[in-house]
Amino acid sequence: MTLYPIGVSVRYLSCGDTAFSVEFGNEISPEINGRVMALHAAIGQAKIAGVVETVPSMRSLMVCYDPIATSRARLEPEIEGLIARGLPTGMKTRQVTIPCCYDDKEFAPDLPEVAGRTKKKVEDVIRLHLASRFKVYVLGFMPGLAYIAGLEKSLYLPRRSQPRVRVPRSTVAIAMDMTTIYPFESPGGWHLIGRTPLWMFDQRREQPVFLAPGDSLTFQRIDRKTYDRISREVEAGSFDWARLVRS
Amino acid sequence: MSAALKVVRPGLFDTLQDLGRIGYMALGMPTAGAMDRIALTLANALCGNPANTAGLEIGVMGPDLLVEADSVRVALVGPLSASLIDGPNNSQGAPPKPIDSDRTHLLKRGQVLRVGMVEGSSTAYLAVAGGFGLHPFMGSLSTYARAGVGGYQGRKLAAGDSLPLAREQAPPGDEKKFGQPFDYGSGPVRVVWGPQDDYFSSKGRRTFVESDYRVSKEADRMGIRFEGPTIEHSKGADIISDGIGPGAIQVPGAGLPIVLLGDRQTVGGYSKIATVASVDLPRLGRLLPGQVVRFSPVTVEEAEKLRRDQEARLQRAIADFKTARPPGGIDLARLYEENLIDGVVY
Repeated sequence: MTLYPIGVSVRYLSCGDTAFSVEFGNEISPEINGRVMALHAAIGQAKIAGVVETVPSMRSLMVCYDPIATSRARLEPEIEGLIARGLPTGMKTRQVTIPCCYDDKEFAPDLPEVAGRTKKKVEDVIRLHLASRFKVYVLGFMPGLAYIAGLEKSLYLPRRSQPRVRVPRSTVAIAMDMTTIYPFESPGGWHLIGRTPLWMFDQRREQPVFLAPGDSLTFQRIDRKTYDRISREVEAGSFDWARLVRS
Repeated sequence: MSAALKVVRPGLFDTLQDLGRIGYMALGMPTAGAMDRIALTLANALCGNPANTAGLEIGVMGPDLLVEADSVRVALVGPLSASLIDGPNNSQGAPPKPIDSDRTHLLKRGQVLRVGMVEGSSTAYLAVAGGFGLHPFMGSLSTYARAGVGGYQGRKLAAGDSLPLAREQAPPGDEKKFGQPFDYGSGPVRVVWGPQDDYFSSKGRRTFVESDYRVSKEADRMGIRFEGPTIEHSKGADIISDGIGPGAIQVPGAGLPIVLLGDRQTVGGYSKIATVASVDLPRLGRLLPGQVVRFSPVTVEEAEKLRRDQEARLQRAIADFKTARPPGGIDLARLYEENLIDGVVY
């Protein structure tokens, strides 16, 4: 197991008296996010008294604590110590496959526009989305909403200038260098290029949120018939989610 | 027969809340939880419940609740106008009996508790002895309505809802009341600079701590948008999204502060000038549109100490609870029932 070099310098940012952020840098990169995730895992394993939970984002980890049980002055050296001992790189990640139907105008209203603006055929946009090797960086904004980076460069587009008021649940969308899957119907400014029959959030499941930070992810093309079949299974709660995941 | 409180008439925004859904922010799940954890903790303590038991958070106007259980003990905490008990066990033809807040009341089957209006605060709480008989979601009964989870069917209460009670009848014991009202403190709201105070000019930081800010109409469980002088950024309003702690004060491009509370999103991309010290979060949870606050900076260490002192005061307040007289004087029937008549009765 390789370790991140000792001497990684971090900034500690106050979030009141119940949290602070450990910031590893001010850019988005797999390396920086790897450190965030490694510290997230290390603190989880260390079971430090008074630490309530940790919240990873692109380049920083928020450590939430109970000021009655511990203090910032006590926690900062402990975390400094974890970092100094070296954080493991190459954390074990899950490989997740997301079935996606690109073939329905209702599912993918923005495919023609994305093709036009990136000077490609619609089929090429789909092919490049399928070829992208994605990674889940952060979940947030709403439960189960994942920021998934790794989109093929030639598909980069800014967000829509006019966000939609209503994007249906399970829509697959792209913007900038990312793709996402809407866990709920919500407003949204991304380009809608497909839909998965999966629900990213389902409170009936033991693990209501399907994706986790650190997951590697690819999409698999399905036709409308397969979409409808999986949809029925997901709705009935009989879908076998385990077959989408390899450790 | 299962015990329940039936919602005869809902209030405006009543949701079940405990002290929050802890441990799932990494999955994008907001903590939710009581806006005023002190009032909920006191209500639970009056009922003999652990502090993290879910109670009903009442906004603006309380509900009417019909008792469908042999008996139930409830505690109302918060600045409520007179609540009423109405129903068959009231003496025949008598008007509804007004009852006080900040104490427990024993209700019998068929009685209706008409919870009053919340006055001078945005929230009040109703706890029931033994708690509600509902299944927690991700370890908590806090309602998070945006995702439809927790509490009662993941939403605010509606007419006809039947809130199951964990106990068929109230546990034995005296009614309890506050020894004295809990002091939430007054004066400026204490804040800790950061996490992104360096995104603001020194003029912007001065504006923030030297100006009055008024609670706008956009104030809910997610957060409070304030009106007042605009705060100047020096490095812009946008950051690479990072975690949002409770009480984080984000300042979008327009320069007006938004304090983020229980139902806040877990991460966000606006710079956060400061964070409300946890000691004063319950005060934030009580603010009403139109009220004016000042923000005053303290260090992390000071904020932690303020919180520990407040926790000690809260425990003292609980130790200081008094036995309450039955409402409306001495209820002989109940005293006979409970064999208390031969003792000293006030």
